[in-house]
Amino acid sequence: MADPFHIVVCGSLVPDPLQTLEPVAGAQGPGLKNETMLPAVLDPWAGHALFEAANLAKQVAGSQVWLVTLGPKAKLQQLMMTIAQKVPFQLVVLDGTASGFADAHEVATALATAIQGIPGLDRNRLLLFGGCASASRDSGVTLQLVGEQLGIRDQFLGVDELGIEPDGALHILERVEGGQYQVSRCVAPPAVLAWATGSLPEPHNNPQVGMMNMRTIMPQLQKAKPVTVGCAGIQYDTVKLPSQRRDTRVVRDVPAADIAREIVDWLKA
Amino acid sequence: MSGLLLILHPLPDGSLSKSARETVTVAQTTAQALGMPWCIGLSGSATQKAADALAGTGAASILAVAGADFDVPRYASDAAAAEALARQSGAEIVLAPASARFSRCLAGVAQRLGGRIDTHITGLEVNGGTLRARRWYYRQRMEAVFSRAHRPWFLLIDGGIATPWQGPAGQAAVTAVAVTLADDSRRTTVVGLQAPASDAQTIRPDANVLFVAGAGWTKKQADGQPHVGEAATLIRGFLGKAQASLGSSKSLVDLKTEGQQTLDFMSHLNQVGQTGSTPRHPKGLSTCCHGEEPHVVGWRFIGERRAINLDPNCGWAQGKADVVYVADAFEVMRNVNAMLGAS
Repeated sequence: MADPFHIVVCGSLVPDPLQTLEPVAGAQGPGLKNETMLPAVLDPWAGHALFEAANLAKQVAGSQVWLVTLGPKAKLQQLMMTIAQKVPFQLVVLDGTASGFADAHEVATALATAIQGIPGLDRNRLLLFGGCASASRDSGVTLQLVGEQLGIRDQFLGVDELGIEPDGALHILERVEGGQYQVSRCVAPPAVLAWATGSLPEPHNNPQVGMMNMRTIMPQLQKAKPVTVGCAGIQYDTVKLPSQRRDTRVVRDVPAADIAREIVDWLKA
Repeated sequence: MSGLLLILHPLPDGSLSKSARETVTVAQTTAQALGMPWCIGLSGSATQKAADALAGTGAASILAVAGADFDVPRYASDAAAAEALARQSGAEIVLAPASARFSRCLAGVAQRLGGRIDTHITGLEVNGGTLRARRWYYRQRMEAVFSRAHRPWFLLIDGGIATPWQGPAGQAAVTAVAVTLADDSRRTTVVGLQAPASDAQTIRPDANVLFVAGAGWTKKQADGQPHVGEAATLIRGFLGKAQASLGSSKSLVDLKTEGQQTLDFMSHLNQVGQTGSTPRHPKGLSTCCHGEEPHVVGWRFIGERRAINLDPNCGWAQGKADVVYVADAFEVMRNVNAMLGAS
């Protein structure tokens, strides 16, 4: 049996992917129109990382999971109403913007500082989890920057599978080019694992888990520290929606063979 | 701090990938527009051969961290090599292709050098001596053009935005950059690659066409029964005949994790869209997929788009595809496969 892990998951909220997004210029840089009103969800790849963390903690007795999140406190509170029912975790809240236009370097520094302040965190048993990219900034660099600031030199990006070998080593599958996996073995924590989809379905809501989590989540939300992150040093010239809207030709009441012929001709053109 | 550095990983035989040669073109044009000298940094055991291949690029110098330790795609050694190359060059702009390897390590290097990094760069332009980068935010929902004051500035260049550089090979002078790996840089060992069997290879980044299968393939058909087996045969038949790359909607790949009957060769690696990939192909054919926005954002770099769907009001018909065929995909693809087989 492996020694317990201390798993820190970094993840925040993003606009519900079904929402229409429109950029607006603000005094602090670009933002989204009606950003505070947009329904939000847990960043999908960070969500997978959280579920994988909880699954690992369940397998290795004594392991603990923290979710470190940076976002507007009020929206995080709403988000926790659903996420808290999924899996057990302890919450660390930084009250600030979750904008995709905030600089990943500023975000990483805020997250690293918060992680360093977690009481009782064993940095030698630390597995730093998160999504391989956010659905907002989509830079895919924040976790590596946090890892570097914490002095972690074993990092993996686009992880779909983590296994623990009998000697406690980490067996990791990372996505690489051409639909392949790179298989690596890391002797022990600490390590950074930026998750892709993983292999677990989204857990069903469990009200008992929710009640247990909320005992610690609500106090954490109340004492959340305000954090200022932005895009200092970045000059955004333009931020705009793609203008291309296609003039769709809808073909109906045509025999399948004729459609097939048209598709084959198009493929060969 | 001045100049531009392009960092590349040669392949084990000393050749350069297509995306690496594309980034050479980007580096050439960017350095010229900025009026600054540029150099190339290589790492691995085949650096001389790669340097010779790059002799005609016009780079002012070629630096190399040589050694088998740097063939391994591992964070610690890749970051150490890139850090040494960047320090030696003193470059203010550092470019690299957005390979899995550089995407893994280069952010850490930027952090060590007190620099900044931006990724998924789809264009670089110079106006009034200022370098401006172009990239997408919110998963291809909106595009921004921006510049940074901070240096060094690392930029990972997406594939498909430039013509791959080609030129005559020569005899390149290489400046060796020494890097000694600490023992703790070898805590990770790369066991190898896990590739699907050749007949199950469904992701082909260089394919002319992307074929997307949606969850409709696994649903009940007109006879009230699902026909997953036939769906698998039709899809694999098409992929083989057209040498297409296979993509999927999230709903289809999620069926597998939910334990439902689905296509056995389909995995999350095939997923296109908000939580999947954003591939680049000249053409895309969507089947049995509604064309919801979270999926379609993954089609941002697909040129011509067609879709087969039973619903004439599906998302594809709302300006997201060039042509929507309102038809039964089983029937159409049966015919398509027969015609491709006969040709």
